[in-house]
This record gives sequence, C-alpha cells and structure tokens, in this order.
Amino acid sequence: MRARYAYTLTIAILAGIVVAFVFDENRTVSVLSFSLRYAVPLILAAMVGIICERSGIINIGIEGQMLMSAFAGFFGAAITGNLILGTMIGVGTGMIMGAFLATGAVTWKMDQIIAGVIINIIATGLTSFFYSQGYVLPAITPKLRIPVLADIPLLGPVLFDNGLFTYAALLTAVLLWVLLFKTIWGLRTRSVGEKPGSADTSGINVQRTRFWNVTLAGGLAGLAGAYLSIEAASTFERGLTAGRGFTALAIMIFGAWNPIGALGAALFFGLANGLASQLQADEVIDIPQQFINMLPYILTIVLLAIVSGRVKPPAAIGKPYEKE
Amino acid sequence: MSVTDPAQTDLGFTDPDPRRETPWSRSQIFVTPIASVFLALLLGGILILIQGVNPLTAYWVLFSSALGDVDGLVTVMQKSTPLILTGLAFTVGLRTGLFNIGAQGQLLVGAIGAAWAGYNFQMPAVIHLPFAIVFGMLCGAAWASIAGALRAYRSVSEVITTIMLNAVAIALVDYLASKPLQEEGQPLTRTPLVQATAALPEFGVIPSGFVVALFVSLIIGWMLTRTTQGFRFNTVGLNPSAANYAGIGVKKTIFLAMAVSGALAGMGGAVETLGITGRFEPSFNAGLGFDGITIALLARANPIATIPAAILVGTMRAGAASLQFQTGIEPEVVDVILALTLLFVSAPIVGRLLFRKRAMKQASFSSGWGGA
Repeated sequence: MRARYAYTLTIAILAGIVVAFVFDENRTVSVLSFSLRYAVPLILAAMVGIICERSGIINIGIEGQMLMSAFAGFFGAAITGNLILGTMIGVGTGMIMGAFLATGAVTWKMDQIIAGVIINIIATGLTSFFYSQGYVLPAITPKLRIPVLADIPLLGPVLFDNGLFTYAALLTAVLLWVLLFKTIWGLRTRSVGEKPGSADTSGINVQRTRFWNVTLAGGLAGLAGAYLSIEAASTFERGLTAGRGFTALAIMIFGAWNPIGALGAALFFGLANGLASQLQADEVIDIPQQFINMLPYILTIVLLAIVSGRVKPPAAIGKPYEKE
Repeated sequence: MSVTDPAQTDLGFTDPDPRRETPWSRSQIFVTPIASVFLALLLGGILILIQGVNPLTAYWVLFSSALGDVDGLVTVMQKSTPLILTGLAFTVGLRTGLFNIGAQGQLLVGAIGAAWAGYNFQMPAVIHLPFAIVFGMLCGAAWASIAGALRAYRSVSEVITTIMLNAVAIALVDYLASKPLQEEGQPLTRTPLVQATAALPEFGVIPSGFVVALFVSLIIGWMLTRTTQGFRFNTVGLNPSAANYAGIGVKKTIFLAMAVSGALAGMGGAVETLGITGRFEPSFNAGLGFDGITIALLARANPIATIPAAILVGTMRAGAASLQFQTGIEPEVVDVILALTLLFVSAPIVGRLLFRKRAMKQASFSSGWGGA
C-alpha cells in the first residue's frame, strides 16, 4: 500500500518537473538545483539517524554534532588554509561527538534523549563561546562537472554539475542502503537494533557494535556540518544548522528508516522549500518570511501525523542493552 | 524504560523511591546533584582559564554580582521565576513518561498571549491580572496539546514534535510581534506595554511572580503526591500497560499531562511578560526552555526541589552579564556549565565516583520515569 503511494507521488512529482521544464527551462533548473543543495545536509543527517536508530540508539543530538563540526570545519579550513583539511577536521569532530553520544548512551547507559539534548546544548554553548569574527575561507569550494553526463538536458545541470559534498551525500545514501541490507555489517546492525538479546546469543557484541556505529555515524554528521559551513554558507555563524538536525529525524521516519526512502523524503523536503522560495522571489505568493521559515517544521509535523502507525521504528530503540 | 530499574518491575508507584532501603541513598539524593554542579564548575573553569582569566576570579564575579546586594538578589529572583515554572513543566512530563523538550515554544506562546491579554483589554486589576496569566497558560497548554494529541492519539514521538513546535513558535511570535500585535508608531518587533491593571505588582522588593512560582511548585508537588490525577500521571509514567490494566485512560492522561506541562511553561512566559518586561519582545526569552530540563533533573523530578535548582541556575544566569562586563568572558560559558551539570547529574558517573558499586547497579536514574 505505502509503496504504491510513494511511487504514485514520485511519478507525479517527476511529471510535474518535466512539464515545468518544458515551460521554463532556466527557472526549473535553478529551483531543482536549489532543492538539491537544500537537501544535501538533510540527506547526510538522516543517514546519521538511520545508522544510530537501526543500531538501537536514538540520536537527538545530530543538530549539535553538525553544529560543532560546522564550527570546527570552518575554522579548521580558515586557519590551515586548506578546504580538504578543514573538511577532515569537521568529520573528525563529528566522530568525536559521535563517540561522546556512544559513551553516554551505550557505555554509561544514560537516557538517550537526555544524552542528545546535552550534545545540543554543549554544541550551542561551545560554538558561541569560541566564536570569533574575521576569518575567511581560503577558496571557494570547486564544482565538479562530470563530462558528457552534465550535457543531458534538465538532469545534467541539476545532478552532474555540483560540489563534491552533493555527490558524497547521494552516494552515501545508496551505499548505506547496500551496506544495511546486503552485507554482514548491515545484518548485525539491524539485529542489534531489533533484538539485541538474540544478537548477543548469536555471538554479536551488542555494545561494541552500537558504540562504533554511533561513532562512525557522527562522522557523517561531521560531513553534513562541514558542508554547511564550508560549501553552503562559506562562513560560520551562531546557530548555523538552524534545526536541520531535527528535520533530519523526521525525514528518517518519513523514509521508514530506509536510506533510499529517506533520500526521497529529503529531496521532497528540498523541493518543497525550493518551490516556496521561488514563488516568493517571483512574488507569485506574498507570505511573510516567518511563515516560509516555519514551512519545514510544519511539514514535518503534518507528515509525521500521516505516516505514524504505518512505519515501525527498530524494536530495541531507546533501551540500553543489559545482558541477562 | 530500563529493565534494571526496580521501579519498572514491581509497579514502583507503591514506593516512589525504591532505593530507600540502601543506607547511602538518602544522602545520595542530595550529594549527587551538588557534586555534579561542582564538577561542572570545575570543567567550566578550564574554559575560563583558556580565555586567560583566573576561574576563581570569574566565579567570584559570577556569584557575588548576583548574590552580593539587593539589586542582584532581585535579579536572581526574576531570572529564577520562569525557570521554576519551566522546570516544573518538564517535571510533570517526566513523571508521566514524556519528554517535553518544547517548554521554550510553550513559554513564548504563553508570553505573547499574556501580553495581548494584558494590553488589549480594559478591566479592573482583580480580574485583569488573573485573566492575563490564565490566558498565557491556556496558550501554552494549547501549544503543548498539539504534541500531546499527536503522542496520545497518533503515537508520534513528542520529542520530535515539541522540537518542531519550538521552531514554529519562534517564527510565529516573531511574526505576531512584527505585524498584527506590533506597537504602533515605532519600528521595533515588540507589542505595546501591558495595562497597569495587568502588571504583576512587587511585594516590597520581592517580585510577586517569584512568590507565585513558589506557590505553584507547592501545588504541583501536592498534585503529584496527594491527588488521584497525580497518581494517574505517575502510574502512566512508571508503567503504561499496568496503568491501562488498572483502568486509567492512558491516552487521556498523556494528553492531559502535556497540557498541564504546557500551561506551566506558558505561565512562565506570562509571568515574565507581566512582571518584568511589561511587553513581549522576542529576544528576551531565548534559551529558557532547555534550562528547565537541567533544573528538573537536578531536582530529580521533585517539584519542591525544583525551587533551589532553579535558583541556582537563575543565579548563574543573573551573574553571566556581569561576568562578561567585568572579565570579558562570553556569557555562553554558563550554557556549557549547565550542560555539563545535566551530563553529570543524569549519567551515573558521579554516583559511581562517590558511591562506587551501589551507583553502578542503579544505572541512570532518569530512565526510571519511563524513558522515551
């Protein structure tokens, strides 16, 4: 049932895009590019949520993990004068934040929601505390135009003429799907999140699996943060992540904890925002800016109310594992 | 819900504190939060040291400016008032097994609701003041009820919806204060001043909002421990299926608990507006909501203990401005200290350090209220 709705919706949206493209080529491409750029951090952050929750750990702290990484990535790049080094610092910071959550939620068996809230508060506090003005990035992030493919009408300029982060996000989603559903790691991860007792009996080290998954997922949050400060905004400001880490959790649920589903949901979110911004810019609609800002959050609440009950979270989510 | 917590296995509501028999437990209730605060101040001191300031000087400035004179004490009471109420808001949710992360949004909606009720009507003070406060509470309750209804009747996690509603509330009040409810004839994003009949008076120097907040903590404490409704809240929090089996309407209770929680947060906003700022300005209430979580957990979800916990946090908040003024340290250091306090108080590490093995067995205390 659900899958059919998803297919119908996807086909309807794609048909709409093609029709729009026939009418106004430039504007369609610009809306779609905007939408994709908007979706990139959401895709990456939703993957963080999927890895953590598939392993049985709720990660409310994605927002804070992204914020710290955006901070470290930007200042890392500005101080070292190297974008790649900055990105690596961002990813490393994300992994440290991941390890922090893993230590709290897995090792210490803290309440997972509280652990996430702590990450968010500490990240907001530390990034504001150490924030200083006057730093700039050494260069603009380069675009990678894939030859031949980029010349396809509509698809080419939207999909194959982007920054590296965009390709990384799309690849991560596909790769994570393969890893989760086609590899031993994926089977272990899912079993640890669904029935840790059985996983333990069959010789999987539940605590260690959870710890490393949450830590490595933090690296992806780091990538999302680095994207925001290094490529998207080219600067760091207080509260740069602006709730994207929370929206990502909704996208994860909307995508039924499946990387491909979440990829679709994130693109849908991006498109909704891209359309709203374009309509606003063209003065087709005149809505106060505050309502445009609310849109992703209201969309999240409405979508959650619709899909709830039809999708099921991993069974062992939120509970620390105790050996019997 | 942690499987290790005895409260889960023997329907712990018969004994609200199952750790009572252990000889250490009495003192542990007090010692762990206090030790957590000290540890957090110690680590915060490292941050201050990095900025090139002696942590002892900084803390002296922080606390002496807040507690040193009458003006400082009044500020502490003013800062503590909404904190007590948001702490209570989180406590009521926690007791019912809910994580109301949305106190921030409910507070904002309550604040602007009270401001509107305060400036828009002409009434005698006897009616106007209670009306404005209750209207703010209703706004907060209605805002929380969106999340409450979704949780109770659609099983949507209240954690995510309340976070989303925070963001919506921030944008909504900003819109309201900049367009429909804006004070005429000036460009600022703020509502007109409330009528004198709706303003909270002061008892000598003591802000009456503070007294109201103290009174409300007593009422909530009484409600949670001495009334049927409080029993329902606790039972649903400790074991929803047992509550259901005992004939308690779990969905209704969850909905009601969210509404009460929202009303408390809304009251925090109303009291702030009517007692201190006199009007609604969006920037005044930033960050109050998350402090409520720290306070509730410092107080171990006890409404009476919320008072000293809120005063402690209020003291640090009150002193933060002087800290920046006198030593140049960014006031966000207080956010970090409070987050560390929350970490130490909710992770079993401090208890483990202080009480060795006993604390290990009890694991994290916060999972005893139903978890997520």
